[in-house]
Amino acid sequence: MRSFFAKFKEGLKKTTPTFFKAFSAIGGIFGSRVLDAAALDELEEALYGADFGVETTDDILSEIRKAFKTNKQLRGLDAARIGAQVLKDVLAEAEGRLDTFTHKPEIIVLIGVNGSGKTTTTAKLAKLYRDAGHRPLVGACDTFRAAANEQIRTWCERLAIPLVASQHGADAAAVAYDAFEAARKREADVLLLDTAGRLHNKENLMRELSKIRRVLQKHDERAPHHAWLVVDGSIGSNSIEQARVFHREFGLTGLVVTKLDGTSRGGALVGIFRELKLPIYFVGLGEQPDDLQPFRVDHYADALFGLDNQKEQA
Amino acid sequence: MLENLTDRLGSALRNLRGMGRISEENIAESLQEVRKALLGADVQFRVARDFIERVKEKSLGQDVIKSVTPGQQIVKIIHDELAALLGEGTTQFTDKKPLRVLMLGLQGSGKTTFTAKLAKHLAKKGYRPAVIACDVYRPAAIDQLETLARQVGVDFYGERDSKDVPAIGRRGWEWAKAQGCDAILFDTAGRLQIDSPLIDEVKRLRDAVLPDEVLLVGDAALGQEAVNVAKTFHEAVPLTGIVLTKIDGDTRGGAALSMKAVTHVPIKFLGTGEKVEDLEVFHPDRLASRILGMGDVVSLVEKAQETIDEDEALRMADKMQRADFNFEDFLTQMRAMRKMGSLGSIMKMIPGMGKMQVGEKEEKRLKHSEALIQSMTPKERRNPNILNGSRRARIARGAGLEIKELNALIKQFAQMKNMMRMMKGAKGKKMMKQMQKKGGLPGGGDFPGGLPGGLGL
Repeated sequence: MRSFFAKFKEGLKKTTPTFFKAFSAIGGIFGSRVLDAAALDELEEALYGADFGVETTDDILSEIRKAFKTNKQLRGLDAARIGAQVLKDVLAEAEGRLDTFTHKPEIIVLIGVNGSGKTTTTAKLAKLYRDAGHRPLVGACDTFRAAANEQIRTWCERLAIPLVASQHGADAAAVAYDAFEAARKREADVLLLDTAGRLHNKENLMRELSKIRRVLQKHDERAPHHAWLVVDGSIGSNSIEQARVFHREFGLTGLVVTKLDGTSRGGALVGIFRELKLPIYFVGLGEQPDDLQPFRVDHYADALFGLDNQKEQA
Repeated sequence: MLENLTDRLGSALRNLRGMGRISEENIAESLQEVRKALLGADVQFRVARDFIERVKEKSLGQDVIKSVTPGQQIVKIIHDELAALLGEGTTQFTDKKPLRVLMLGLQGSGKTTFTAKLAKHLAKKGYRPAVIACDVYRPAAIDQLETLARQVGVDFYGERDSKDVPAIGRRGWEWAKAQGCDAILFDTAGRLQIDSPLIDEVKRLRDAVLPDEVLLVGDAALGQEAVNVAKTFHEAVPLTGIVLTKIDGDTRGGAALSMKAVTHVPIKFLGTGEKVEDLEVFHPDRLASRILGMGDVVSLVEKAQETIDEDEALRMADKMQRADFNFEDFLTQMRAMRKMGSLGSIMKMIPGMGKMQVGEKEEKRLKHSEALIQSMTPKERRNPNILNGSRRARIARGAGLEIKELNALIKQFAQMKNMMRMMKGAKGKKMMKQMQKKGGLPGGGDFPGGLPGGLGL
């Protein structure tokens, strides 16, 4: 598992993360400087800056303050450890894993708002499963956006993944059905359905999703077996609202958080997990196909609090 | 969740009532609430802090007008200040002819769609636009722009075998000029603001096509990241305007304030939907209300004053507080609210409720509730405890509905009453706090009939 850790750091290295800066401000280089009130203020700013939101920020701060009360010699590194621990506790059981399949084909539907990265994620997932020895098939159910078909087709050709697509403007549910049939016929063991981006407050577009479900259930009443919301990691608190509505309307089973290779910390995923308990299956850490990585709570928490560097130096 | 600034302020400012002036001490707590609300709307930490400082200066020494609650008065100050900040600078788009426009932004922010929308907008204004595809990375990005250009009916230029973006831009410009186009729009690939090679590329493109407008296209729902994005892009390629996309979602859009505050670049357009017509010029006022989660409080208050009898409202609030609230009161409330308009339109005006989904389903449910209550005898309405099986069956039949719908109504009603009872007790205070935290209404917020009395008008 070089991958996630290294990737995460690579991603984070692209910038001077304010988060780490705050911690160095608190404790020298994660070290020995003793905390003071100003440092706690900086810490608060850094936590908000990571999009953790009010609740998680308060949780982390209050734990650190508690420790600070009993130990006036608390150092920056100690604070970072406390923060990472709070995060790990909050995110306990947030790791989603799907390595083995129990249905044939196992159906994964990827949904999300416009521009969150569904198509790219679909392609990367297909490659990931193919590389792990599975037989993926992709269904192009985004029949709405201009040239969405061409986009997924280019990806699939590049990665040599079988694809079922239709015309622009075709019925998305019909494509899902065709893809399902094709997956059966070709004995694919995982079917990935890319869908059109839709804002969660658009009722008619949400209905289209239900139709996809109904059509799939004609053959398998448990289908789709997975409904993953693709969330842009640079989006703030609205991603919680997105998840809430998609979950209510469609019933999600997990998340994929994309674009964590920028300067954003993707803290909103913590808020989503807190509220909906939806596991995070993958995170997107770059544009290359291999940049989609399984989500690891400890790596995420440690990377955010700069504890991975610490390990390395030790 | 921090949905409802006015409510939160209301409780923080209760102690202000009866005081003549706003002073530093008595607004400290409420400004803390404002700060939290701004942070909850994704306004960046520092931007929020500076903003609060400005509001504090403006508020100090102001007289608390008796007719309005101090909470609302402070909200108004905040709102006006916010609108002023958001609207600062020229939000006008240049009317130069010929005109060249360069789009910039992160992946998935909506540049290509916006490019087509802007082309359409300019065509309506008498330009002859051309769009030039300068995104050579994302698969099928060129096809997407070409398709959209056809849809909008504007000229399109793209090169499928070149990766030399500045050269493509330059040739596109020449080509468009030769076609007689006088508004040339350059769509570019999504890029991270910290990706140096790609930032260099866009700088070279800028130098090749010399745009009159450089627009940063950003997702209105961006988080704290918005500041970094806007600042870094602006430093690399000076911007002339910001475009907020996907504003038709339900985001509060605090990112707009962050971007505006750090760059001072004016916001020029809003992307308001999936169709190529869905482009709006920017109104600082509306966005300010949205960031504050205010809804249109002003018109709601006006409407309520027209339609709700003040004594009646007071009587109702009192009943609620004593947990002495029956189906008859419920019906009165429901009807009072009905007078104000459709549920959906009211919800939009209620702070924090603006994003609540009120569709036909909810309207219908309200109608059903009304029918059920009307099928009850006055005695039953006043004392729901006597509703046994046979009474329930009769009521459901009378309303033409199923008995389970009645049961659901009774259950919700009981929950609501229970909630009021608890509110009265010692636990009440704690619970109120919890509720504010969650921003939820008793009964899961799906009991619209319970609202008007709680408006505290």
